[in-house]
Amino acid sequence: MRLLIKSGQVIDPVNGINEVMDLLVEDGKIIAVENKIESKEAVVIDATGKYVCPGFIDMHVHLREPGFEYKEDINSGSRAAAAGGFTTICCMPNTNPVIDNAAVASFVRDRGRRTGLVNVRPIGAITKKQAGCELAPVAEMVTAGCVAISDDGKPVVRGDIMRNALEYAKMFGLPVLAHCEDPQITRDGQMHEGYFSTYFGMKGIPAAAEEVMVARDIILARLTGGRLHVCHVSTIGALDMIAKAKKEGLAVTCEVTPHHLALTDEIVGSYDTDTKVSPPLRSAEHVVALRKALADGVIDCIATDHAPHELEAKDCEYNLAANGISGLETAIAVVMDKLVNTGELDLEQMVRAFTSTPADILGLPCGELSPGTPADITIIDPELVKTVDPEAFYSLGKNTPFKGMELKGWPVMTIVGGKIVAQAGRVIED
Amino acid sequence: MKFEQRKDLLGIKELQREEIDQILDTAVPMKDIIKRDIKKVPTLRGKAMVTIFYENSTRTRTSFELAGKYLSADTTNLAVSTSSVQKGESLKDTIRTIEMMGFDLMIMRHSMTGTPHYVARNTSMRVINAGDGANEHPTQALLDMYSIREKKGRLDGLKVAILGDILHSRVARSNIYGLSKYGCEVRVVGPSTLIPPGMEKMGVKAYYSLDEALNGVDVINVLRVQRERQEIGYFPSLDEYSDLYMLRTEHLLRAKDDVMILHPGPMNRGVEISSEVADGIQSAINEQVTNGVAIRMALLYMMMGGAKDEIAN
Repeated sequence: MRLLIKSGQVIDPVNGINEVMDLLVEDGKIIAVENKIESKEAVVIDATGKYVCPGFIDMHVHLREPGFEYKEDINSGSRAAAAGGFTTICCMPNTNPVIDNAAVASFVRDRGRRTGLVNVRPIGAITKKQAGCELAPVAEMVTAGCVAISDDGKPVVRGDIMRNALEYAKMFGLPVLAHCEDPQITRDGQMHEGYFSTYFGMKGIPAAAEEVMVARDIILARLTGGRLHVCHVSTIGALDMIAKAKKEGLAVTCEVTPHHLALTDEIVGSYDTDTKVSPPLRSAEHVVALRKALADGVIDCIATDHAPHELEAKDCEYNLAANGISGLETAIAVVMDKLVNTGELDLEQMVRAFTSTPADILGLPCGELSPGTPADITIIDPELVKTVDPEAFYSLGKNTPFKGMELKGWPVMTIVGGKIVAQAGRVIED
Repeated sequence: MKFEQRKDLLGIKELQREEIDQILDTAVPMKDIIKRDIKKVPTLRGKAMVTIFYENSTRTRTSFELAGKYLSADTTNLAVSTSSVQKGESLKDTIRTIEMMGFDLMIMRHSMTGTPHYVARNTSMRVINAGDGANEHPTQALLDMYSIREKKGRLDGLKVAILGDILHSRVARSNIYGLSKYGCEVRVVGPSTLIPPGMEKMGVKAYYSLDEALNGVDVINVLRVQRERQEIGYFPSLDEYSDLYMLRTEHLLRAKDDVMILHPGPMNRGVEISSEVADGIQSAINEQVTNGVAIRMALLYMMMGGAKDEIAN
């Protein structure tokens, strides 16, 4: 089948393209990106006034399957991704059983394939059962399709284990995705520690809880020469250290979530458990620094940390509520509305942060619109205004602090391997 | 805004000064009732209230119950340890069950911040927060302010020092929010590990030295120190705490001559307050207890006495 996407603003940072062009797709691959393409037998998509981008990649999602299918499964998570404008998602191993061997990794990959919507790539655990004690079998997980290792959700507390993980993963060119948090400093904290934690009478989690472990992991990256990727970076201190590590030439990268870019700790005062997330929503000065670091390139990419939960996990006392935000179906609109539309983030840079950079970090064969590459394409309507309605989510997780928020700039078409999997926010069923 | 227009009393933070005045004014005649020989008025006959405390308390709960009884409301107390909480029932279901029994008002204490707010959103009963985590304890602050106003004749512009574990104290927070609305100069004093960040932004001055903090103050509110704080490592020992922060007679020389001493109770004599101070002529600690009943009567009256159609959120 041929697809001809006409007259869209093609934004392909890898090839230095940012202009109105036509794009031709055939047999699941990109054939041509040119000023004017005519093709009689092609299905024509009019993309006038829209941004035509490489397929967006979310390198940090929780699909919950196997084990927690009441929160999300690979099918519902894939549909959420497609509707949200993502063509590739990488899922964290904190499932039950944990993705700490080839069998579970293959199961996840296979389920993703059979769902047939977006590319699902598993991330293997750093340690067996994510228990923080013994390395998981990296080689067999790589063979089964894992693109990175991570104990996300849990920090690797033992320094010796983290050291060996960085050292060992280096052999395979794999990045270690680190959830940096000192659990003893976090203790039973519920929100960012600062003026608002005092004002709302909540136990605080200081920025230092994250920074202490970012410092350790950067030092270990220097020691080992391994590839460190800091997940969901959220503090000024962490950014400073990452910037310094990059200047030094260390293999250190990081990601930021849309919610840490868009929201501050002030909204926790509603005691709405949808505001509860790890790391916590930070104070305004951290948010300003995160936005600047993204614009400056200190932050490499944007990832959602999509963390869907069942109603009961959030409909309870704040302290007892689960951490996490269901992010796949709001990510693009949040970043468009809060950062791109306000002029704080360059459009091309936004596209890069969602496409080529995560592809580079994980070594994925996508993130660009070069002829011959898989036709993974995300089309965004910068003018579309919609109100976030969690009840309309494909994700089983309706937990979002963005509910009811009116946002401008939404994905309107998702194409994976040349097939339209979502249009106007709705999944196209076979 | 009139206080009666609120559905719930969750904190002092969101109250306006006029509402606080209204509550304190209403408590004045209530206190007279307590002093009568026959302590009963029929005002709340036919109204039902329940106390549900997920954290131990004797005086606050008793104070609420008695306040309800003086006003002829039917009062019940849900014993949490024997209730379905132990059986794994969700809080929402517990609240719904209570609501369906026909209660008009619920008084809740919970160790977790924001829980009364969560409950209030999920019930048509009116809710009074009797203390949530380290957040607010509005009725304690109201009775403290009542006690101060009664003794000093005003609240405006007074200097008030709050002494002790500010970090974990809902009494401290509610007092800070309330007194700030009257332009009081609020100071907090305690070990650095027990003073939370952001004090200055709240308009509160933090001190580590008791002597400095007490200079020229009109009121000293002494907080209870909990033994378990030492175990988590906030300070080395209760002995060292007492050496540095126990309020003794000599400290009072720093304060105004007519300084007034408050303590929300229960007291640890010889830890945060010496017996001479607790029992001295400056102490209003006993009066606070009576005032607590009066304040709670005022609130119950205002929240259950009004016609239903006046109620808005």
